[in-house]
Amino acid sequence: MRTLELEVPNWAGHRAGQHLDVRLTAEDGYQAERSYSIASAPGEGVAITVERLDDGEVSPYLVDEAREGDRVEVRGPIGGYFVWDGDDPQPVLLVGGGSGVVPLAAMARQRARVGSTAPMKLLVSSRTIEDLIYRDELDALAGNGFEVVHTLTRSQPPGWTGYSRRIDPGLLADVAWPAPESPRVYVCGSTRFVDAAADGLLQLGYDARWIRTERFGATG
Amino acid sequence: MIVSRGFRGRRRDGPSDRVPPGQYLTDDFPVLSAGPTPHTPLDEWTFTIHGVDEPKGWTWEELQALPRETVTVDIHCVTRWSKLDTVWEGVSVDTLLEEVEHDAAYALAFCDGGYTTNLPVEDLTGGKAWVAYSYGGEPLDPEHGGPARLLVPHLYFWKSAKWVRGLTLRDEDEPGFWETNGYHLRGDPWLEQRYWGD
Repeated sequence: MRTLELEVPNWAGHRAGQHLDVRLTAEDGYQAERSYSIASAPGEGVAITVERLDDGEVSPYLVDEAREGDRVEVRGPIGGYFVWDGDDPQPVLLVGGGSGVVPLAAMARQRARVGSTAPMKLLVSSRTIEDLIYRDELDALAGNGFEVVHTLTRSQPPGWTGYSRRIDPGLLADVAWPAPESPRVYVCGSTRFVDAAADGLLQLGYDARWIRTERFGATG
Repeated sequence: MIVSRGFRGRRRDGPSDRVPPGQYLTDDFPVLSAGPTPHTPLDEWTFTIHGVDEPKGWTWEELQALPRETVTVDIHCVTRWSKLDTVWEGVSVDTLLEEVEHDAAYALAFCDGGYTTNLPVEDLTGGKAWVAYSYGGEPLDPEHGGPARLLVPHLYFWKSAKWVRGLTLRDEDEPGFWETNGYHLRGDPWLEQRYWGD
């Protein structure tokens, strides 16, 4: 996983949760293009956090090869549904699996940036402590109605006080806002993760219309 | 041309007459959807054509009794994966539209979960679109749109609405879900009609 800051001339600004397309061109003109969630909050410049996929085409270049000063083509921002602007006072539940936390972190940053008082919880599921991204930054944002809850599904370091299992209805019942609060929900991760989280929330009485999902396939 | 230093690429391009510009081939079947996966029991499932003087509906059993077609098609997702030679079974939209009197130019497909997508009727007729209920010889998985999804393979795959429950015929084009959220009104992959402005 690597975070890249992109200097984009004439960037029109973006909303928390949107994505952008990165296009790479080889010397002979061959091109490959993929979408990445924008990690930075609106007004912060443009950053993406890329997970390296071993069988990927663009992500290995961005994670292993790209150096400061290299040039890529960027198109965006894209998407108007999986977004949270910070002007809505309803409680927010963010549920992220692995690198699915990237657009959710942009929403947490946006909350701090605009001084939103909407109660917000971020539930992050990672395999191991080494896979946990933005940990220090998210911990620093905690307080003032923002809470981060971690679960580590594969192994836990000594003294780990967070959860130690995959997301299930019991874990969601512990963490999620009660259904009568009609929270806004954003779930991002692999298909299996998103289905587990969304189905669990429906079991808690959440309305399907409150739940916005973004799933990534294992390609890229 | 902006060259990215050191980029070579994997170059699993596939035949250029089958893989549209900006797409790459995958053997997986990635899943994308905006909300939870709906699970409508088959005995409550119907497919209905609205927007006509006499709306026409089919139960699940009635749909199964209609002539079925097996088609092998290439599919192209706007997130840039393409998958060749996918095998589907279902009912041609021509067969369904023959049952209603209409002269509409557009249709809005509606689905469980509230998803909609708009299509010109021209893109739904002439053997180009199906209501598909089987994939790869098996009943269509809920995560891939089962029990039935629209299949419009010549357009980007978001037009092939999952969990489809009917069509509303219209005189004018009305943007659907993704089309109001930044995606192109028509979505022709060979013209790279991905987003607003393409």
